[in-house]
Amino acid sequence: MEHNLKHIEVPSSEITPESLYLSRRDFLKAAGIVSASAFLAACGVASPSVAATPGGPTTVPGWSPVLPTPSAKVPDDAANGTTDELGNPLNTLTDITNYNNYYEFSEDKQEPALLSKNFKTTPWSVTVGGLVSHPKTYTLDDLLKFQQKERIYRLRCVEAWSMVIPWTGFELNLLLNDVQPLSSAKYVAFTTIMDPSQMPGEAGLLYPWPYTEGLRLDEAMHRLTILATGLYGHPLPNVDGAPIRLVVPWKYGFKSIKAIVKIDLTDTQPTTFWNTISPDEYGFYSNVNPNVDHPRWSQATERRIGEVSRRATLMFNGYYDEVASLYTGMDLRANY
Amino acid sequence: MLGWLPLAVLVYDYFANRLTINPIQEIEQRLGRIAIYWLVAALAVTPLYTLTGWRDLPNRRRATGLYAFLYTCLHVLVFMGLDYGFYFSQIFSLILGKVYLWVGAAAVLLLIPLAVTSFDYFIRKMGKNWKRLHWLVYPAAVTAVLHYALAQKGDLFTLRGHVLKPFLWLLLTLFLLFLRIPPVRRWVSGRRRRLTAWLRRRPANAQPVDIEKKPANEESL
Repeated sequence: MEHNLKHIEVPSSEITPESLYLSRRDFLKAAGIVSASAFLAACGVASPSVAATPGGPTTVPGWSPVLPTPSAKVPDDAANGTTDELGNPLNTLTDITNYNNYYEFSEDKQEPALLSKNFKTTPWSVTVGGLVSHPKTYTLDDLLKFQQKERIYRLRCVEAWSMVIPWTGFELNLLLNDVQPLSSAKYVAFTTIMDPSQMPGEAGLLYPWPYTEGLRLDEAMHRLTILATGLYGHPLPNVDGAPIRLVVPWKYGFKSIKAIVKIDLTDTQPTTFWNTISPDEYGFYSNVNPNVDHPRWSQATERRIGEVSRRATLMFNGYYDEVASLYTGMDLRANY
Repeated sequence: MLGWLPLAVLVYDYFANRLTINPIQEIEQRLGRIAIYWLVAALAVTPLYTLTGWRDLPNRRRATGLYAFLYTCLHVLVFMGLDYGFYFSQIFSLILGKVYLWVGAAAVLLLIPLAVTSFDYFIRKMGKNWKRLHWLVYPAAVTAVLHYALAQKGDLFTLRGHVLKPFLWLLLTLFLLFLRIPPVRRWVSGRRRRLTAWLRRRPANAQPVDIEKKPANEESL
């Protein structure tokens, strides 16, 4: 049934009217693609033995399955598909596909939409390896077999603008459990495709290409952390990181690496793209935090795309209840 | 009149809905960039005159500088009004806390006395001091370009990240400053005759211009 998603073929140029999108969504629901409550219940039954270790990486015993980090609530398939769980309206597909940073294509925010038009996403494979029992290369079709769900997430850019985006995708912990991390694995490292012939920005000399990102293993296992394969109910547009990208909604947008081809489990903290460029300004954690400014500009407020006045930025981008336990006892100013 | 063109284009783009989906930021940043273009153009007037001897150039210097000031004011107004809704307590705490805003504010403060004294009355009245005061346009330009660079994601000093354009503007500004060092300037004007002769492919002695004997108010900004 997950396959239904990729059979919804929509040309990337087509803009879906909200009404159409809603009816498609109802269709997906009717087809029984997702049953959020059933999934949550299943988790609740299975999870008593493993709890998140506050302040430190969850260690993974041998090859036994790792359970997702428990969390208070997950905005799975929010009952009302026109807002996030806080009642913020979704940004339109036009917003989401015409204004973003995608330095592999351009330093401009509008050019990636044009320059990524002919980006080749088939065939595509993602190699998952490093400290795992069962390293494996997945085709995109393999990845679409993981349970696909809709998640409406706020995305907060480090440049102080934000959007609300209805992603479809699957929890990263499903993939990690499939390859079975070794107990020595502490971090997850991600790498974007390196192909300057298709991505002109990757020929730029001022950047440490290819783009890399990383998470602590417990962050990667958290149920909010997803690999997105679509948005607004159709396949991920090229400009937003097709065919598969990370989405970590409580961190600044640049952590959510696009067009992933490689995922490695490591025992040392991976190097990350922006941290390499400017280590004092872009930390490994990069959690959204209104109390810890970027050294050069304020993070206290943000402009939601489509709004005129600024909004106050929320701690962990509004996912405080879900993720604060990951950082218990940590100095968030030192670990920016 | 050329100076109003970027503003006209901006107004057109607003009504044609071509200011991205984040129009306030686009307006703010574009005005800032235009201000820098005019500021650097104002700096370039005298070196270009030294180089070419084109006598019309010094007459355009004042307008060029005032356009730089116009777009600077619009940039600041948009920052305070559109971006921060004239919420002054927040604006002041922001400016105090952030280096790129100190630098930007310094550029604005340096430009204000230059704009105020740009009238003929002050040029006449201030004499030599006018020239001394207007030397401030150099620190103003350097701070403005620094402000631009510091607002980008990247590191200007290690030249990593999204800093190529501001870095090139900084180089250009410093180069124009370099051209004003007296020995450099003399060397350039000494070469000018030959250069203009070569450019125009005709004898350059038709209208000799001795740049060192120009009145103070025309000589430098």
